[in-house]
Amino acid sequence: MTDQRDQGRGFRVPKPPARPGETPDFSGINLGEPGKLPLLDAEAPVEAFEPFHHDLLRVLDMDGKAHGDWAGLVTDDDKKTALKAMIRTRAFDARMMRAQRQGKTSFYMQCLGEEAIAVGATLATRDGDMQFPTYRQQGILFAKGVDPEVMMNQIYSNRKDPLQGKQLPVLYSFKEYGFFTISGNLGTQWPQAVGWAMASAIKNDDKIAVAYIGDGATAEGDWHQGNLFASVYRAPVLLCVVNNQWAISTTAAFAGADKNTFAARMASYGLPALRVDGNDLLAVLAACRLSAQRARAGLGAVGIEFLTYRRGAHSTSDDPTKYRAKEEVEGWPLGDPIDRLKQHMIVTGLMTADEIDTLEKDAETEMREAENRAEENGLVHAGQGAEPAAMFEGVYAEMPGRLREQMKEAGF
Amino acid sequence: MSETLSNTKTMNMIEAIRDAHDVAMERDDDVVVFGEDAGYFGGVFRCTAGLQEKYGTSRCFDAPIAESGIVGAGIGMAAYGLKPVIEIQFADYITPAYDQISQEAARIRYRSNGQFTCPIVIRTPTGGGIYGGQTHSQSPEAIFTHVTGLKVLIPSNPYDAKGLLIAAIEDPDPVIILEPKRLYNGPFEGYHDRALKGWKDHEDGQVPEGYYTVEIGKAKTVRAGNAVTVLCYGNMVHVCQAAQEEAGVDAEIIDLRSLLPLDLEAIETSVKKTGRCVIVHEATKTCGYGAELMALVQERCFYHLEAPITRVTGWDTPYPHAQEWTYFPGPTRVAAALKKVVEAK
Repeated sequence: MTDQRDQGRGFRVPKPPARPGETPDFSGINLGEPGKLPLLDAEAPVEAFEPFHHDLLRVLDMDGKAHGDWAGLVTDDDKKTALKAMIRTRAFDARMMRAQRQGKTSFYMQCLGEEAIAVGATLATRDGDMQFPTYRQQGILFAKGVDPEVMMNQIYSNRKDPLQGKQLPVLYSFKEYGFFTISGNLGTQWPQAVGWAMASAIKNDDKIAVAYIGDGATAEGDWHQGNLFASVYRAPVLLCVVNNQWAISTTAAFAGADKNTFAARMASYGLPALRVDGNDLLAVLAACRLSAQRARAGLGAVGIEFLTYRRGAHSTSDDPTKYRAKEEVEGWPLGDPIDRLKQHMIVTGLMTADEIDTLEKDAETEMREAENRAEENGLVHAGQGAEPAAMFEGVYAEMPGRLREQMKEAGF
Repeated sequence: MSETLSNTKTMNMIEAIRDAHDVAMERDDDVVVFGEDAGYFGGVFRCTAGLQEKYGTSRCFDAPIAESGIVGAGIGMAAYGLKPVIEIQFADYITPAYDQISQEAARIRYRSNGQFTCPIVIRTPTGGGIYGGQTHSQSPEAIFTHVTGLKVLIPSNPYDAKGLLIAAIEDPDPVIILEPKRLYNGPFEGYHDRALKGWKDHEDGQVPEGYYTVEIGKAKTVRAGNAVTVLCYGNMVHVCQAAQEEAGVDAEIIDLRSLLPLDLEAIETSVKKTGRCVIVHEATKTCGYGAELMALVQERCFYHLEAPITRVTGWDTPYPHAQEWTYFPGPTRVAAALKKVVEAK
């Protein structure tokens, strides 16, 4: 991007493609070409990954046609399963955005435009693997079949909240679905995922971990340390950087994205790394499937940068019109992941437009009904939250004496 | 005691800690040990010596110089089901891992409502008295005792060091063990100009072979007395014993051993008996752990107190090099405080 040299001697502050009122320019991003990069063998040497550090692994073109050998790693059933999970993810987000506006919850974060990444990566995992998500991988839960009512109970901090009202909305934990407890502290899950994978390797297990991080959070020290540990100990983990161009109001350039790709930076730790079209479900799933095979074979971690765009606001507390051009969303050259997969299904005759339409309507109905049920379990803002006394439980395996005293003091 | 005596062996604190690892690793395949220089070399203080050779590189291994990564990886291993025992080379260097310790390890059980737990142990050499200067002498216990969800231990002798470490490894919650490095090779009473005594002539240098534990959350009365209660831990346990002799005061000296959870019952019983209390720690004074002890004694023993509670601590400065013995709260300073509190009307 453009350097701003208007203040200080050589001092530079990165500038986004466009501020409000300006015309976005994405010409600096290497978008590659669908089908151009050769399929890798799961046991390929690290050097074979080099072309993938700066080029872009793509399968679908912008007309919905699949190209190249990577397409062979994705079945028709995968595509149907993924489309349904992505549609349900988006319907859930839409429902919860509305619920926040109606005052039913204090907070929500959507993943609009990034649905293919979490859904695709999850389809490459098996039961028993562990995902270490950020707050923007709710697609994992739809790919794994979690009941949306239970997620909403968490968002409403109500009587049936599985976390008993202790955690902020969307900071889920679903151990039985291989979904690690989300932390508000960015980047911490990255070395934790690596450690989980190290444990699997120590125990001679074939389970793998999947780590997620956003572009902005790669600036945290934990990203560097996690990359290093994954490389040093050859841990079976997929290291997924979701580069959606924005960290709240700052562009990925503040995390160094305009100096080198995240894929190339992970490669500099000695990791094989791929840069992948994050809005192309086929490319996402193919890249993750190959990486998972590699990790399960004992060949260690793979770093994957998913190029995508954060279409929505950062959170319900954010207004992106204050810092970026509205035209960016439609101008993003890799389009929308659901539209692209839908188009692929139609042009290849896998599904008709009517069938997809039915899927979308069904998802809307499902989420509306789930919301009604969750609402019956209470809303924290209506004074129907989780049991107050539960607040004191679970700090330790056993409640210490002084906490018991405080619980009594609080009236329980 | 006589039963176990036949199976005891003289150990210094290093040998006791090494032995605790060995016992725990032998009993449980899920125990893994790692840290900077902790593998092949056996640790800069030798606390993990021989473990890699005995248990292999997948059970005991070296780590990159990256404290947050070390603890973060340990948390992930614990989530998988292992029991990681981590060494941070000096307590002064634990701060890069503070985010992982305070926001992650300590909170995982609570924030996941018990779905995930974090049974890790972090061992780290603490305290001064070794000319370690600013970054090899600090006592950072208070930055951990303020974190709910952690347990914080500090042994003062080989017997407790082994028993507490085994208990910590078996504990279902994250435990930080601060090991006073000044005590590794022998008890130190604060007389830096006298020859070092080894652990062989000390009762607590007789360490049972094999498995035993020291209960977490239990203090130990190292000297019974009636005139004043002395609350101390780590290096200061030995300093306070010397100070008691120097002052000729009938002090009851309590080695807290476990700072979080704390043995409040032992403290309350003693202070209610003596009516006076001196708190001694090496860490800096302001907002140190002594302030919490003082508040608790005030809250619970107010009507039994016959004198103001007094603290003898390190000064509110970074730990200096040349001025080591002006900084270190030695027996002379502690003895003066004991006399003053006992004589207060």
